[in-house]
Amino acid sequence: MAKFRGAIVVDTERCKGCSVCITACPCGVIELAKEVNGKGYNYAFMANPDKCIGCASCGITCPDGVIKVYKKAIE
Amino acid sequence: MAEITLQDIIQPENLVYEKSKLLTEKPFHYCPGCGHGTVHRIIAEVLEELGIDEQTIGVSPVGCAVMAYDYFDVDFVEAAHGRAPACASGIKRVWPNKIVFSYQGDGDLAAIGTCETIHTCNRGENITMIFVNNGIYGMTGGQMAPTTLVGMKTATTPYGRMPQWPDGTPNNGFPLQITNLISQLPGTRYVTRQAVYTPAAVRNAKKAIKKAFQNQMENKNGVNFVEIVSNCNSNWKMTAVDANKWLQENMLPVYPLGDIKDNFELIKK
Amino acid sequence: MGELKLMKGNEALAEAAIRYGADAYFGYPITPQSEVIEYLSEQNPYERTGMVVLQAESELAAINMVYAAGAAGKRVMTSSSSPGVCLKQEGLAYIAGAEVPCVYADVVRGGPGLGTIQPSQADYFQACKGGGNGDYNQIVLAPASVQEMADFVALGFDMAFKYRIAVCILSDGAIGQMMEKVVLPDQKARLTEEEIKAKYPWALTGRKRGTQHRVITSLDLDSAKMEEHNRHLQRKYAEITKNETRWEEINTEDAEYVFVAYGSSARIAQKAVQLGRAEGLKVGLLRPITLWPYPTKAIEALIDKGVKGFLSVELSCGQMIEDVKLACNGRAKAEHFGRVGGIIHTPEEVLEAMKKQIIGE
Repeated sequence: MAKFRGAIVVDTERCKGCSVCITACPCGVIELAKEVNGKGYNYAFMANPDKCIGCASCGITCPDGVIKVYKKAIE
Repeated sequence: MAEITLQDIIQPENLVYEKSKLLTEKPFHYCPGCGHGTVHRIIAEVLEELGIDEQTIGVSPVGCAVMAYDYFDVDFVEAAHGRAPACASGIKRVWPNKIVFSYQGDGDLAAIGTCETIHTCNRGENITMIFVNNGIYGMTGGQMAPTTLVGMKTATTPYGRMPQWPDGTPNNGFPLQITNLISQLPGTRYVTRQAVYTPAAVRNAKKAIKKAFQNQMENKNGVNFVEIVSNCNSNWKMTAVDANKWLQENMLPVYPLGDIKDNFELIKK
Repeated sequence: MGELKLMKGNEALAEAAIRYGADAYFGYPITPQSEVIEYLSEQNPYERTGMVVLQAESELAAINMVYAAGAAGKRVMTSSSSPGVCLKQEGLAYIAGAEVPCVYADVVRGGPGLGTIQPSQADYFQACKGGGNGDYNQIVLAPASVQEMADFVALGFDMAFKYRIAVCILSDGAIGQMMEKVVLPDQKARLTEEEIKAKYPWALTGRKRGTQHRVITSLDLDSAKMEEHNRHLQRKYAEITKNETRWEEINTEDAEYVFVAYGSSARIAQKAVQLGRAEGLKVGLLRPITLWPYPTKAIEALIDKGVKGFLSVELSCGQMIEDVKLACNGRAKAEHFGRVGGIIHTPEEVLEAMKKQIIGE
């Protein structure tokens, strides 16, 4: 059975730090950064990249569409 | 097993999700966590997947989504408060070959525009109506909406919405289930209530919206009506995550999710 | 060319719309203009030309259908009478702000409120001074005959699309209901999708991939842009005033005193001119055809030629008189005479008013 590794890329300047993606993620990948973006929001970032399976739950729930999701099959 | 790096994963061929190209580069003005953004996103995805962007004309409301026209890369007209269904009817009648959709909130669709909503549905206009219900007036600062829940505090029901005074005298009235109401009309083809508070809900909502547009493409008549139960964390005065939880616990019992009518037939529960 | 017929003013307006190649009529019944939608429904223009006729749920809905269908580049119109036109003001303000072309007829009846179903000219202010919100104008045409009810449809649509503006045909119950002979124009074809796209690049017809999407809106939260938008509208209104001001003069060549009247009042004032001339009075008539833009220059020119006084004859308590006085600017006497409540003045009393109020003993 194929296994998948995933990764996300957050457009940090457009992220509003609403945390909806954090709740949506089944694997506990995402957290809010301690740093803020240009608008003063603590933006989402991949805190635990090893856990990401590329399911895109974060991407499809992000109200601002700031998350790109990548998924790669591994042996 | 060879060590796989993030660089290996983040490659164009591995991209499985990004926002639709039918959204402009303009950042949404919506509050953090607002469901409007998610609904915009999935509408844009549907229009892109169906390849109908060159035929589509949208109608934006008065309310938080007034500037929806800035975000969708399709032609748009901005309607007066509550008149989006009349505007959509007008366009569809003179351009029956175009795809026309209206996008409205609860105050717009179910209060000031109730007349236009009901008659557009009753005429069976071949359009798609998107109705975002968050039980409150967002743009004007959190006043009572027709869909505000009983007991819910708003700027104009600071002690909670009370349909009647304890002695029975009418007061704020009851939450209006406009979607159920219009489902009774012979002109509505497809009526459904969805939400966008979880990944699963978003997937269902997108399917429903896709069907609502496909129906319009394939037929000559019948309103396709999609209600999205959504949040307003700013005016509900909670975080986005708490608002989605509150939505599930409080809104959904009054506004249960699922298809209400399909192919002009009410769905028996 | 054309076809001679005996018709009501309201019917002539409706037939002219079909023959112009209008794409849609959205309306709501109200006396005294219900013949417009009744005639259109009876004629079945959907079969004749493909023109859509829709009885809307309200005047509000009708004008908003007009707004959006006009924004989509189609030739659309509505009609109503005074209380119904009040309801349309919301849409008309959006139409002005968003610069949407359309034509609407107001077959005026007496007010305020439900008033009366009899003829009136008491909605001059509403039509000419903006019944909706904001700094805006619309072109107001005042037909004085059934022929003009028909002719102003084509003129109205031409101007509406030339300037992207609403054109009001400000009629009244008398002109709408009376029967006269009318020469109807030949049938024109409705514009095709390709023609609309070529002629009106601003129109919402679905944006081509790779091109900027179009937005028709009256909203801009950027104050600087909104100020510039308003300045742009004012420049457009100045251009229209320069190009499109229309009026008719009767017996003014040597006139010392001039009636100013439009619509049905102009017909009565014309008779008063004849009666006055028979008595040896040097009276004439200025009939504004556009009420906005107002023929201010015509009044100024008449004063320059020696006219000493003007009597504004209206079926109102005195509305157009304000524009007559503005045009006179103190250089000539200007007074108002009018009957209201559905009463139409007689030529005799109009002449009598001229003698009493303007000429004096």
